[in-house]
Amino acid sequence: MSFPWAAHYAPKHPLMRWLDERLPMPRLVYNAIGAGYPVPRNLNYFWNFGVLAGLALVIQIVTGVVLGMHYAANGGVAFDSVEKIMRDVNQGWFIRYAHANGASFFLAVVYIHIFRGLYYGSYKAPREMVWLIGVVIFLLMMATAFMGYVLPWGQMSFWGAQVITGFFSAIPVVGEPIRIWLLGGYAPDNDALNRFFSLHYLLPFVIAGCIILHIWALHIPGSNNPTGVDVKGPQDTVPFHPYYTAKDGFGVGVALLVFSLFLFFMPNALGHPDNYIPANPLSTPAHIVPEWYFLPFYAILKAFTGDFLWIPAKLWGVLAMFGSILLLFFLPWIDRSPVRSSNYRPLYKKFFWVLVVDVILLGYLGQAEPNWKTVLASQICAGYYFAHFLIILPIVSMIERPLPLPRSISESVLHGEDEESAPYGVADASHAGHGPAPQPAA
Amino acid sequence: MFRLFAPLIAPIVGLGFLLSLLFAIVTASYESEPESTQQRFHLEHKELKLASDGPLGKYDRAQLQRGFQVYKEVCAACHSMRLVAFRHLEALGFTAPEVKAIASQWQIEVPSINPDTGEPATRKALPSDFMPSPYANETAARAANNNALPPDLSLITKAREGHAPYVYSLLTGYRDPKTYKNEHGEALPADGQPPAGLHFNPYFPNLNIAMPPPLTANGQVTYTDGTPATVENYAKDVSAFLVWTAEPELEGRHRAGVATIIFLLIATTLAYMAYQNIWRDKKKHGKRTSLTDA
Repeated sequence: MSFPWAAHYAPKHPLMRWLDERLPMPRLVYNAIGAGYPVPRNLNYFWNFGVLAGLALVIQIVTGVVLGMHYAANGGVAFDSVEKIMRDVNQGWFIRYAHANGASFFLAVVYIHIFRGLYYGSYKAPREMVWLIGVVIFLLMMATAFMGYVLPWGQMSFWGAQVITGFFSAIPVVGEPIRIWLLGGYAPDNDALNRFFSLHYLLPFVIAGCIILHIWALHIPGSNNPTGVDVKGPQDTVPFHPYYTAKDGFGVGVALLVFSLFLFFMPNALGHPDNYIPANPLSTPAHIVPEWYFLPFYAILKAFTGDFLWIPAKLWGVLAMFGSILLLFFLPWIDRSPVRSSNYRPLYKKFFWVLVVDVILLGYLGQAEPNWKTVLASQICAGYYFAHFLIILPIVSMIERPLPLPRSISESVLHGEDEESAPYGVADASHAGHGPAPQPAA
Repeated sequence: MFRLFAPLIAPIVGLGFLLSLLFAIVTASYESEPESTQQRFHLEHKELKLASDGPLGKYDRAQLQRGFQVYKEVCAACHSMRLVAFRHLEALGFTAPEVKAIASQWQIEVPSINPDTGEPATRKALPSDFMPSPYANETAARAANNNALPPDLSLITKAREGHAPYVYSLLTGYRDPKTYKNEHGEALPADGQPPAGLHFNPYFPNLNIAMPPPLTANGQVTYTDGTPATVENYAKDVSAFLVWTAEPELEGRHRAGVATIIFLLIATTLAYMAYQNIWRDKKKHGKRTSLTDA
């Protein structure tokens, strides 16, 4: 795997030698996240978020397994069993708040991780498979987070389950039977709660498996970097350990500080008060809203209000909502520009930041009171979301004239430019006016 | 053929979604609904400062005990507190014998069975019992309250927008609907008057609440610690008590939080120094002289 100059594992201690000959586990770790994995030397702090996502998954699995020891997946007692964890289990409040806020932490770092990939073109050849598996992980996370939110069996749990499973009933003819089959009944009830608990316990381990594939696929070409330029030689890389383990150690500290502020001082800031009311099928909350991390997609769902081309508005909304994520699978082939990093793509860079603002606006609109102003705003924002990926991106990648790329990572580092400023090549007469320096094809 | 048309797939799909949105925008109606009575007369909750506020907040135990007294003498007549056990009250500063006395003197007994006949019966509460509900079930509660259900109060400050300040505002927010004027000087319209059996309260989301004003007069509850026995104080104290019933872990959480933040600040500083130390020879402005000593 990876580059020819990667260091080779040489066990020093006799015990490690003995182990390495029989089960090369130390070698695997050494090559994956040790000194045997050469990484571009110019990664910025946005490259910490992959490790942070892994940390978040570990937090979720550890706290989740403990919660599972005390939680009872039964409609009659689920709500009270969560309150028992909060009140009578030793440090149960800590475990439960860590898990609830850990879900937000996980999604937050993954969103930054995804947008980092969008900005620096990490989805492009030869890393398409890394990106595809990443989108699968994102979908699995959304499913897991949704089913986890149902488990406390509060009002938002119940009505959220009602709304989300209701998406399936938008499918013509077979939709309603599918919805009933998925729920195990006509409305969410004990059967739905039980299967959600079972799947909520299973999917994190599927995610863990996909993360192994994600890292495996990453280690074939090696990590991307802020210039987007390929690694040319040993001078461009440093060994993952100790250089990036040290940097990740610092990143983990900062991330845990932010996480702790939520966990200890505002543990319910990201939740909804209605979920402290036990589920009641006979009383619909005034406003059903999902957790913050689903709000942009919820806004897209609600933006489609017209029965266009005889397709009902609800089906348009559901298609658009799923389409908004599924289109990410095609991104490596929609964006045909050979330049990866937006630092050298002046036109794409502008649209990228419009997309960031657009998604944040969609998030705000997802929870806003519905009136014609917010509906119109979410229609415009949803329109931009699709236009960005499906229309603007192909056109931009055809007409854009990228800035000249640095010849190599080490050159860009040695000349000490800021990440955002024009690179070394701009002032170089031999490069000026000749478009981007060629990037080797994958 | 496919290679020719493949680049067109994305724009065509994108145009489909855009046209659908455009259709929705064109066919939508853009009339603002007139402001409803509820929107015109609803008030945001008042300010309420409690000792438990903020990242270092701690409970004022004397206030919690007074709030518990208000709950016991006023609210408990209709509102259950099913997630709090008598033993939990030791956190308010009551001693074990005091808790035992509170449990055994509780106005409602705990459902049980007659040990001789097995017939349903009741017995005096023990410290290990959760607080018994004033009604046997929801139907009984609704029958006694004009078909309204008094909500359980264990989690009420976490389960309402506005939290404790909302509870305090609601308890002190009853107004006479005949004479009430909002901030624009408007009186309630004739069709906005509360229906029979409901009570006007501008802090309640739909303005008309089934609960009659529970705190009606100064001196209604007798305080023994010298705190003025006013409706204002009853409302504040019981709101503070309800913060505790919803978040009994709050003090321990704040303490653990401060310790964790201090630990993480030190650990993160050390991690930063280790990071700088390890990267010393790799940084752009370091002393490196050649490309090959990386």
